[in-house]
Amino acid sequence: MTRQTTVEATGSRLGTGLGTEIRLEGVTKDYGLAAPAVDDISLTIEPGEFMTLLGPSGSGKTTTLNLIAGFETLTEGTISLDGADVSAVPPHRRNLGMLFQNYALFPHMTVAQNVAYPLRERKVPKPEIARKVAEVLELVQLTGRDDTHPSRLSGGQQQRVALARAIVFEPKALLLDEPLGALDRNLRAALQTEIRRIHREVGSTFVFVTHDQEEAMNLADRIALFNNGRIEQVGTPQQLYAAPETLFTARFLGDSNVFELGAVGTGGTVAWEGESWGVDPETVAAHPGVRAAGAIVVRPEDVEVAGSRDAVPVGANAVRASVRDVEYMGSYRTLLLTVGERGLLGRARVSALRGEYAIGDEVVLWWRPRAQRIVAA
Amino acid sequence: MTSQVKTRRRPVAVDPVPWWLKVFGGLVVAFFILPTLFVIPMSFSSATTFQFPPPGFSWRLYENFFTNPVWLDSLGNSFLVASLTALLATTVGTAAAVALSRLDGKAARFARTVLMVPIVAPSIVVAVAVYISFLGWRLTGTVGGYVLAHTAIAVPYVLVSVTGALGGFDQRLLKASASLGASPLRSFVRVTMPLISRGILTGAIFAFIVSFDEVVIALFLRSPLFQTMPVQMYNSVTVEIDPTISAASSLMVLAVTIIFILPQLLRGRAGRRQERRP
Repeated sequence: MTRQTTVEATGSRLGTGLGTEIRLEGVTKDYGLAAPAVDDISLTIEPGEFMTLLGPSGSGKTTTLNLIAGFETLTEGTISLDGADVSAVPPHRRNLGMLFQNYALFPHMTVAQNVAYPLRERKVPKPEIARKVAEVLELVQLTGRDDTHPSRLSGGQQQRVALARAIVFEPKALLLDEPLGALDRNLRAALQTEIRRIHREVGSTFVFVTHDQEEAMNLADRIALFNNGRIEQVGTPQQLYAAPETLFTARFLGDSNVFELGAVGTGGTVAWEGESWGVDPETVAAHPGVRAAGAIVVRPEDVEVAGSRDAVPVGANAVRASVRDVEYMGSYRTLLLTVGERGLLGRARVSALRGEYAIGDEVVLWWRPRAQRIVAA
Repeated sequence: MTSQVKTRRRPVAVDPVPWWLKVFGGLVVAFFILPTLFVIPMSFSSATTFQFPPPGFSWRLYENFFTNPVWLDSLGNSFLVASLTALLATTVGTAAAVALSRLDGKAARFARTVLMVPIVAPSIVVAVAVYISFLGWRLTGTVGGYVLAHTAIAVPYVLVSVTGALGGFDQRLLKASASLGASPLRSFVRVTMPLISRGILTGAIFAFIVSFDEVVIALFLRSPLFQTMPVQMYNSVTVEIDPTISAASSLMVLAVTIIFILPQLLRGRAGRRQERRP
């Protein structure tokens, strides 16, 4: 109870309460290689939003973050903070906090000196520095470690110090460059919770870069999924998972069964290896690529397993498969399946309460047209 | 960082040193320090000529040294020139090292090579070149002339030692510093400089000593009004045979030794203070 009040008080004094809007328009970074590192990206990050830039390595997400921070210069486009164009402003005048994967704490300074650094640069009076440092160290739960040198702290503690240092001067936004990449799994989960909490308390805009889809799903209000220097799709984690626009998005977030189709017409059915499947128009992605080449995506948890076609309800889409392997996951198990004539790898999640399956069993997979998603291949 | 250093210092199992290597090592050490071992006893000699072993003990040569304005002035000049050289060469050399550490490619390698030339060029060549140009610029016999010439030959030493220190410097700290609101200059002063201070200090010491015992260029640049200690020492044996030079030599050895050892002692103490921190 006491904790609650202190935290609220700290939050109201440290945070501005209002985040900053970050707007990227036609942002391009070309190093003169075969393809631009970042290729004509437009994205608006809302004030106070937790935006995650997700993507495989080399997809342009870190370059985009560095462009926002000002460490890279734009080849084309503009970046504005709350409507003010900062494209030509050097990094030290952008007033953005940043967290790095390797912490980047100053080894010759104590914890308190590290945290006071941005305040001293801003010529904040000494008593106020002391007060703010104490407050922010409490916020990251490192009270009493003021005089310790960073090298004496664990990785998780070092990242907390870096976090404290990056938010103590109330930056317009916090940029986080894979900050948990160097930590082990448990610590990472703990710090994810911490970062979420601090985001709520300071109310500032957070831009978080990661290649870990689970981390992105856990943390983000919205995810911008990067691929080959472009943004594949922007949306809430739920939107990206349940309503992917492209095959890349569907495959990057979670497991899926993928049936590649040719051009998708406007008719009520599609054909795949001789099967004829019903289409619910609402599940067809708006992406224009669908017209040229589409793919049906069905999540493993939406697939039902039947013994024969007779057990499949009317109106459901079905396909024959054989069991390749069974993975026991506790409350459920995952069937790895060989699907169709070409032996596609499929996955179905079945409850542990259902009957036993043995390797080699012939089964029929079925799902409602509502549960599938037709995306651009 | 500390832990890394500790791991590196952990004693590794080494093969025992064979006896012949110890003997050889001893001979090399003797070769280097024997001249000094002769000079120091001779500086306390009571003789008026060079004699070894000294016939008796006396402070007379030191008395000569400290009462003769010619010797004292030249010592003061040497300290002045060496201090200014250390200051200028450290500034220029550090700036060059920091700049070159950020550049890559042919131009940077070429610049590095050019800056290293004074270290390999024969000193007489440098001296003649300096003399001819300085005559035209009216810089011979001036403090400025000495400092400029000595800086040229001292910069490579600073460049090497600061480049070494920058090798262990994490450039990403500068990104962090910029994101926290520090301009590039402020970042250099508050982050880079403290972390490469050992390299800078080592470079400054080398620059000081290079200038302090430089004799070839100094011989060309000397004037009746201004000469440095090594030149005065040269005069004292070639022009007038004055045994005071053995006192002067001993003082030079002492000064250089103190300059080399002092930062190590200070660093050792600072290091221990940091270790004791809980």
